[in-house]
Amino acid sequence: MTDHHATTDAALAASQAPLLRIEAVEKKFGGFKAVDGLSLDIKAGEFFALLGPSGCGKTTLLRMLAGFETPDRGRILLDGEDVASVLPHRRPVNMMFQNYALFPHLTVKANIAFGLKRAGLKRAEVKARIAEMLALVRLEGLAHRRPDQLSGGQQQRVALARALALRPKLLLLDEPLAALDKKLRESTQRELIELQRRLGTTFVIVTHDQDEAMTVADRIGVMSAGRLEQVAAPRQLYEAPASRWVAEFVGDVNILDGTVAEQDPHRLTVTTQDAATLSVAPPRQKVDINSAVSVAIRPEKIRLSRRGPVADAAAGLNRRDGVVSDLSYLGGLTSYTVKLDAGATLRATLANVARVEVDDFSRGQHVVAWFSPDDCVVLPR
Amino acid sequence: MFTRPARLASIAPLLWMLLFFLVPFGFVVKISLSQAAIAQPPYLPLFDLGAGWEALQAAFAALSLDNFKLLFADDLYWRSYLRSLAVAAAATALLLMIGYPIAYAMARLPRRWQALAMMLVIIPFWTSFLIRIYAWINILQHDGLLNQILLGLHLVSAPVVWLSTDSAMMLGLVYSYLPFMILPLYATLSKIPPSLLEAAQDLGASPRRAFWLVTWPLSLPGIGAGVLLCFIPIVGEFVIPDLLAGSDSMMIGQTLWLEFFTNKDWPVASALAVLLLALLLLPLLAYERLQRRQLEGGR
Ligand SMILES: Nc1ncnc2c1ncn2[C@@H]1O[C@H](COP(=O)(O)OP(=O)(O)OP(=O)(O)O)[C@@H](O)[C@H]1O
Ligand SMILES: [Mg+2]
Repeated sequence: MTDHHATTDAALAASQAPLLRIEAVEKKFGGFKAVDGLSLDIKAGEFFALLGPSGCGKTTLLRMLAGFETPDRGRILLDGEDVASVLPHRRPVNMMFQNYALFPHLTVKANIAFGLKRAGLKRAEVKARIAEMLALVRLEGLAHRRPDQLSGGQQQRVALARALALRPKLLLLDEPLAALDKKLRESTQRELIELQRRLGTTFVIVTHDQDEAMTVADRIGVMSAGRLEQVAAPRQLYEAPASRWVAEFVGDVNILDGTVAEQDPHRLTVTTQDAATLSVAPPRQKVDINSAVSVAIRPEKIRLSRRGPVADAAAGLNRRDGVVSDLSYLGGLTSYTVKLDAGATLRATLANVARVEVDDFSRGQHVVAWFSPDDCVVLPR
Repeated sequence: MFTRPARLASIAPLLWMLLFFLVPFGFVVKISLSQAAIAQPPYLPLFDLGAGWEALQAAFAALSLDNFKLLFADDLYWRSYLRSLAVAAAATALLLMIGYPIAYAMARLPRRWQALAMMLVIIPFWTSFLIRIYAWINILQHDGLLNQILLGLHLVSAPVVWLSTDSAMMLGLVYSYLPFMILPLYATLSKIPPSLLEAAQDLGASPRRAFWLVTWPLSLPGIGAGVLLCFIPIVGEFVIPDLLAGSDSMMIGQTLWLEFFTNKDWPVASALAVLLLALLLLPLLAYERLQRRQLEGGR
């Protein structure tokens, strides 16, 4: 009985321990730190996205996880075990390469079978697994083609099937959809999500496309210059960015710089140079009076109208007069640039909810821009 | 308007082949069917277009396959064919074994070193081939550099006979043809993306397995090109066996030379050349079929 308890406790502990733990990992190329003291935990079954601008070290981090690079410092623990000395071909991790890296001399079938044969599976098992994988990525008819006889989208699926065939604990995907066109990319994103839920495999995907990261991932780690700026769920990342850099990198944002003038439990008053005094929601961490801050407001949270909102609804709102200086119609949205009388330039997007907009704003139109204090995010400067 | 230059461009190599290969080869075939004679040129019959239809018919009637029959009858000839093929096969195998690792190492050098390595491979071409072979003679001869070193190091007690042996010939062949093996191999090996090897390792293949499963099959076109580029000219090689090998057995190039210059038997020499070409076409056709199969892919 006690034995049984011990095992369930161990299982419980294991289920709570992260599948992957990255501890203060550093990787230098020459004197340049491509990955700079990065720590991260990823839970089993999670769909995690690494998002960051080009050259921030995403691929380098992924290659360390796969074993193609060794960290100069720090540890990588997989299921609690340090994998530093485990060679790539012995790691229970598979990678889908940025350019797919399909073997050009082998058929689709042989590409998928490659890992299975190395793992010493029996013939019948290999055959069954190939069929299963082909069905999974819906390529049944193409088993005997060579990679150069496939479209980009089909190649991408073969690469995915090949990487999943060994049922890895952890699947690494380096910009798996970068080479696909927009439509195909979006449908493939949905398929990836579905696949990941069905298999329960832990996915770590690298991308520099924030829409993609938001669409597929449970959590996103935003990287910049070899460090993690923020790790959060997509919504939190967008609505509560931890820094000005994250706010600007993820989505569009208006940033107004100012200093804290007054503070009470419900409202913070920030004096800005070019947008007068703003009333904003107080941030979670305390800020000092007179400290320099940035106020971030997403463009879709700014409302525009010819006249201001009715007086009682406007109580406590920030409202500014301005002139529409530019606009671009984007189909679902129209993006307006409004030059405030106080000097600042704000961008606001309005959804085009009707085909014919009677209350459209044109260039040069005087408008009132207004937004709620709760939609403002205060960030340290 | 637009197709004409394109058509011209595709005809040009054919024209070149016709003018500088097929027409002269036609002459050689004709001579191979003639008989040797003490005359100028040293064979009969001669086609004289001015002599009228009857004479031309008579000339045609005088052509015969006698020379080819002779080639099969006298074992001197087919022995030298066999020796040529055997020497070429052995030398090509050696070249592949030596050239592949070199080309492989070159392809894995950092980019900026690769150009330098390439230069080092090509540099010997800047000196005349004959001078390089004579240099080897100097090194290998009785009181040559090699024997002096061996004697100096007390590894041998008397000078070793190197020159005029098959080993010396092999050395000369490998030395001279190595660039022709390395360059096509390097060209294919350097085009294999490193990510393929990483993918192989990621899927559980050790680096050694990854080489045999990925690098080797992908380098087959380079191996084919290198093997042909070495094998075919070595079969017909004359200078290296003549200068470095012993005189007890001859390669076909030497036999040909003998017939042509010493015996002044142009027809038999021509027959030898025609048969040699026919022999060499076989591996060439085999290689082409292999390549076509690879291009067509499929199963
Ligand atoms: N083998 C290497 N040698 C030297 N520098 C390298 C090497 N690999 C990567 N780097 C450098 O490390 C930095 C991070 O590279 P990495 O490939 O990880 O970027 P990334 O985030 O994947 O970018 P991208 O989105 O463009 O793929 C870059 O500045 C790159 O130049
Ligand atoms: Mg990358």
